[in-house]
Amino acid sequence: MSLLRAEGLSRRFGGLLAVDGASLEVPEGGLIGLIGPNGAGKTTLFALLSGFLAPSAGRVEFAGADVTAEPPHRRALRGMARTFQIVQPFAGLTVRENIAVGAYLRHSARREAIRSAEAVAEEVGLGPMLDGQAAALTVAGRKRLELARALATEPRLLLLDEVLAGLNPSEVRDIIPVIRAIRERGVAILMIEHVMQAVMNLCDHVHVLAGGRMIAAGPPQAVTADPRVIEAYLGHGAAARIAAGSAHA
Amino acid sequence: MNPREVLPGLVLLAVIAVLPLVASNVVLNFLLSSLIVALAAQGWNLLGGYAGQLSFGHAAFFGTGAYATAVLQIRYGVNAWVGLAVGIALGAAVGWVIGALSFRARLRGSYFALVTLAFAEVLRILANAADFTGGASGLLIRLSPGVENLQFASRAAFLWLLASAVAAVLLLTAWIAHHRFGAHLVAVRENEDAARALGVDVLRTKLRAIALSGGVTAAAGCLYAQNFLYLDANIAYGTWISIEVLIACVLGGTGTVLGPVVGALALHGVGELAKLALGRVAGPVPGVDLVVFGALLILAVAFLPRGMMAGLQRLTRGLAR
Ligand SMILES: Nc1ncnc2c1ncn2[C@@H]1O[C@H](COP(=O)(O)OP(=O)(O)O)[C@@H](O)[C@H]1O
Ligand SMILES: [Mg+2]
Repeated sequence: MSLLRAEGLSRRFGGLLAVDGASLEVPEGGLIGLIGPNGAGKTTLFALLSGFLAPSAGRVEFAGADVTAEPPHRRALRGMARTFQIVQPFAGLTVRENIAVGAYLRHSARREAIRSAEAVAEEVGLGPMLDGQAAALTVAGRKRLELARALATEPRLLLLDEVLAGLNPSEVRDIIPVIRAIRERGVAILMIEHVMQAVMNLCDHVHVLAGGRMIAAGPPQAVTADPRVIEAYLGHGAAARIAAGSAHA
Repeated sequence: MNPREVLPGLVLLAVIAVLPLVASNVVLNFLLSSLIVALAAQGWNLLGGYAGQLSFGHAAFFGTGAYATAVLQIRYGVNAWVGLAVGIALGAAVGWVIGALSFRARLRGSYFALVTLAFAEVLRILANAADFTGGASGLLIRLSPGVENLQFASRAAFLWLLASAVAAVLLLTAWIAHHRFGAHLVAVRENEDAARALGVDVLRTKLRAIALSGGVTAAAGCLYAQNFLYLDANIAYGTWISIEVLIACVLGGTGTVLGPVVGALALHGVGELAKLALGRVAGPVPGVDLVVFGALLILAVAFLPRGMMAGLQRLTRGLAR
């Protein structure tokens, strides 16, 4: 049974249909990628899944329950956690306090919440930074903090919005095993990612969004070779030109 | 709870509590009015300092507490202690209503601050016009000293009561700051979207904060009424108290356990000293304390942007090095 099921989700901003009838499923424990060119509607789709935006049409099911009308904090309680593409740290707090806010969702006692926050910090490599101010973290540190806070809510599903963006190749190499380890603990992950190396490396299955619509889905190798996907990224006729180019060579 | 955080405050209050044995009436009056403002400011701090919802209208709660105690005693013969409890509950209820109306409408920042100001002003105008509040001539609570009437023949006894109330809220604040509710308050202050994503019910958190804040500030209003035994709309719902609690918190340090108490004492202390000093030189100068309040606020914002508590911490850390 799938953990998350989105059916025919649409979201209109004035005259713009940012998400247009998008459907997708995330199986229990799966690691699914969501790719697509800039402005495709990926972040908007995440906002619909996590409850930050109400859809103009369509529905969201999580663990068998219809959550379409539920606010984000309820969905978090059900086990859905998201990160933000534009990081949203609690800037005035320490790293430990930031993560503890997430941990308090499942641990009402301070001692347990702090202990759990510290364990999560170790897991994502923020252990040495626990006492530092969140505002003082580097870009890579802030991305890890987004991940840590979401993880501290002990989710069944993680929605990761470009957690690798802005990291250098060695930082990307460092964090890929972290994501894999989270998945191996049984947490399902849906990740928006531009870093193809990571998508190829991690994902079982990839959905491609372009112009608000799902244009392709399948295993990463197949999807990246799909002419519709190449055209979505590189423009109309690109797939044919590439095919012609390789035929000449 | 971190004892290092509350201990200095409790010691301070203990010192204040023994002062009546040695100090003059002038000092006692100064301490009484400072502690009333401190208590009201502790209420402001829970909403403005911890939850980050700045209010310009805490007079709405202060006045509700003061009027509740006075009206219940005078018109209905209700016992003053019951009046205090009802006053606190009504303050919390007014807070909840203001919160429900403005937070549900997603008012934030200066919009929220202005709405609280508007509520306080409306209450002031209503209290000034209505009959059961005594209208413009105000209310006089009958003098009848006795613990059962929440009136004390000695100022010292009233000071002890006030100091205990301030100490109780100090402990409550420290407890909250170290528990889930406090973490939620601060998360809402720092970033509402992030808080929501982590499972925080932002609306409920804000409503709880404003109800608690209203209750604490209303308690200060009740005790004000019992201490002075007189109030009118411009005292109870006047902007003076909204402004003093705000400056006390900013001066002492918003979102810190001790900030409001330290700030209120400093604010009133400097105000009184200025009155005394100028009075020697130039005779009584009406309104000089307001000028001092303004100057202190400017100085605090310029030199102690995180308040005296943060400043003191830096100082002690510097000395320790
Ligand atoms: N709050 C909003 N109001 C209006 N337009 C928006 C809003 N959020 C996103 N959009 C538009 O919706 C489209 C999809 O944006 P987004 O979901 O951020 O794309 P992606 O994450 O795939 O880059 C873009 O054209 C963007 O300008
Ligand atoms: Mg995006």
